[in-house]
Amino acid sequence: MNHILEIDNVSKIYGQVVALRDLSLTVPQGQWLAIMGPSGSGKTTLMNIVGCLDSPTVGQVILDGLNLGVLSHAGLTAIRRESIGLIFQEFHLIPYLTALENVMVAQYYHSLVDENEALEALARVGLRERARHLPKQLSGGEQQRVCVARALINHPKIILADEPTGNLDETNELLVMDILRQLRDQGSTIIVVTHAQEVAAHADRVIVLEHGRLVQDRVGAKERVDNLETASLMAG
Amino acid sequence: MIWKMVWGAFGGQKRKNALIALTVGLGVSLAAALLGVMFDVGDKVNQELKSYGANLNIVPRGASMLTEMYLLNDEPPEGEDLNSKAAENFIPENELFKIKMIFWAYNIVDFAPYLTVPVSLGPKKVLLTGTWFNKLLSLPTGDEVNVGVTALKSWWKLDGPPGDDAAENEVLVGQRLAQDLNLKKGELIKVTAGPNTVSLKVRAIFDGGGPEDDRIYAPLALAQSLANRPGLVESVEVSALTTPENELARRAALNPGSLSRLEWDTWYCTAYISSIAYQLEEVLPAVRVKAIRRVAESEGAILGKIQLLMILLTILTLLCSALAISNLVTAGIMERGVEIGLLKALGASNFSVTALFLLELFLVALIGGAIGYALGFGLAQIIGLSVFGTTIDVKTAVIPITGLMILAIALMGSLPALRILLSLKPTEVLHGR
Repeated sequence: MNHILEIDNVSKIYGQVVALRDLSLTVPQGQWLAIMGPSGSGKTTLMNIVGCLDSPTVGQVILDGLNLGVLSHAGLTAIRRESIGLIFQEFHLIPYLTALENVMVAQYYHSLVDENEALEALARVGLRERARHLPKQLSGGEQQRVCVARALINHPKIILADEPTGNLDETNELLVMDILRQLRDQGSTIIVVTHAQEVAAHADRVIVLEHGRLVQDRVGAKERVDNLETASLMAG
Repeated sequence: MIWKMVWGAFGGQKRKNALIALTVGLGVSLAAALLGVMFDVGDKVNQELKSYGANLNIVPRGASMLTEMYLLNDEPPEGEDLNSKAAENFIPENELFKIKMIFWAYNIVDFAPYLTVPVSLGPKKVLLTGTWFNKLLSLPTGDEVNVGVTALKSWWKLDGPPGDDAAENEVLVGQRLAQDLNLKKGELIKVTAGPNTVSLKVRAIFDGGGPEDDRIYAPLALAQSLANRPGLVESVEVSALTTPENELARRAALNPGSLSRLEWDTWYCTAYISSIAYQLEEVLPAVRVKAIRRVAESEGAILGKIQLLMILLTILTLLCSALAISNLVTAGIMERGVEIGLLKALGASNFSVTALFLLELFLVALIGGAIGYALGFGLAQIIGLSVFGTTIDVKTAVIPITGLMILAIALMGSLPALRILLSLKPTEVLHGR
């Protein structure tokens, strides 16, 4: 099987605190993985390491065939730019740019700015008509969908979502989950950090961390997602 | 895209940006004013010093050192008769136009020739100096210039009209001599030089505040007639605008031959008093041109000190401005930590994030600096009017220097903020839990 991510005996230690402890994990290309666990279990630390935003203290991470441990700061920045799409719980849209411009920022740092392509990405998340609005003029769900459009605009191989529905109501949660499902269906690898069972239920595979250790790794449960219902909500 | 981001951020932090622009503007206004004054202060101080007299003295090459000393002391030694000097100890009057024909002709502000004759005025022996008062000199170039002691010794206080070169029998009498002999304006006096006796009218009494107050100043033609030296003068005082002396000028003054070709060109093409003296000797081969060091050195010293003061104040102003904006810029960067973290997380390099913020800062600084430059221009005029009584001619060189100053303020002011920006990790700001 072709693995997009291989984590081998990774530990992350902050002073006296061990955030990750001897963690090993492989993620095949196109899998939707949910990372669960209580607060302080190491979910975000793992996400940061996979997202090239942090480095492990011990161990090796291979992303898309590249050993992250041997890459420079600039090399890690390039991986983030080329291969990773990030979705945040708090959206993190630039407040003085429109929804369209927020998507185009990711294009700008990746390659060339293409307004039509950015509009297509917004259309894909159902926000074509809201493209010229500033973040403050959008609802939380709409802001999160702009964040998703920004994450997918450069066709990343892996999308990392940190509590993507943490600030959303149920309707918007289903919308975002459906977009992620579509991306997964098109071949993107999706890793979602969540502590919500309902969100994890959409994933192909769920791992559970506790005190930095991998304590559970189970496959399945995606059949619980009601795709038809989600699609009808988006259309509405 | 970058301009959208810069412009968006520009509008998003209006208050902070306005404060940064104001701070830069104030700093630049003061620095531009000081620079404007500094560049023009040389001319202004030169003009001020020129009103205190000449800075070059031209004497015939054959004139003895003793004669020069007598002239300085105003009193000929007993038994010495200046009329007995040989003709080669004089300068032909008709060659004096060449003074305005040298490379630095426009720097020659004024000059006046002198021919001094000992005369008897009643029982008293006095010196009568023939000169040009306000001579209209026609040059071979077709230009005409007015030269003479009226402008050269502008500090003289006269109780009547200034001397007139055409009024050959009218003289100016120094106030000490007038006091000794109880002479009044309009009075007729008889002076005798050898066999010649002439009747002269006191056109005005002057107060020069120096040894000249014991003399009579007459049109040059009268002195030449009394001395029986038609068409000759024995010295010329020249007032020239000069560049303050430096090491090169001092070496050249000692021996121009010791300079390398490049040094020689630099020296020759700079208005040092020594290079002007050298060029005067080139056009008037039979003369020796001496710098009146006291004046020349005062000029150099005063100018050097004023300019140093201006430079130090300018640097201090820039540092204060940079310090003042650094707090504002740092606060701005810290407020936008999430935005910076996001850009880095999206794949922006440190260089591109730094460039974005510097561009934004330069734009704000440029607006503030442009306003500051305009204010500085006005401030320079106020300084010029209050200190020199005239406006300051702000040189165009101040504009690029002001641009560099704005850059320097922005760069220095942004250093602490840039340090924070570069060390900021996305993980520290993006997961707000």
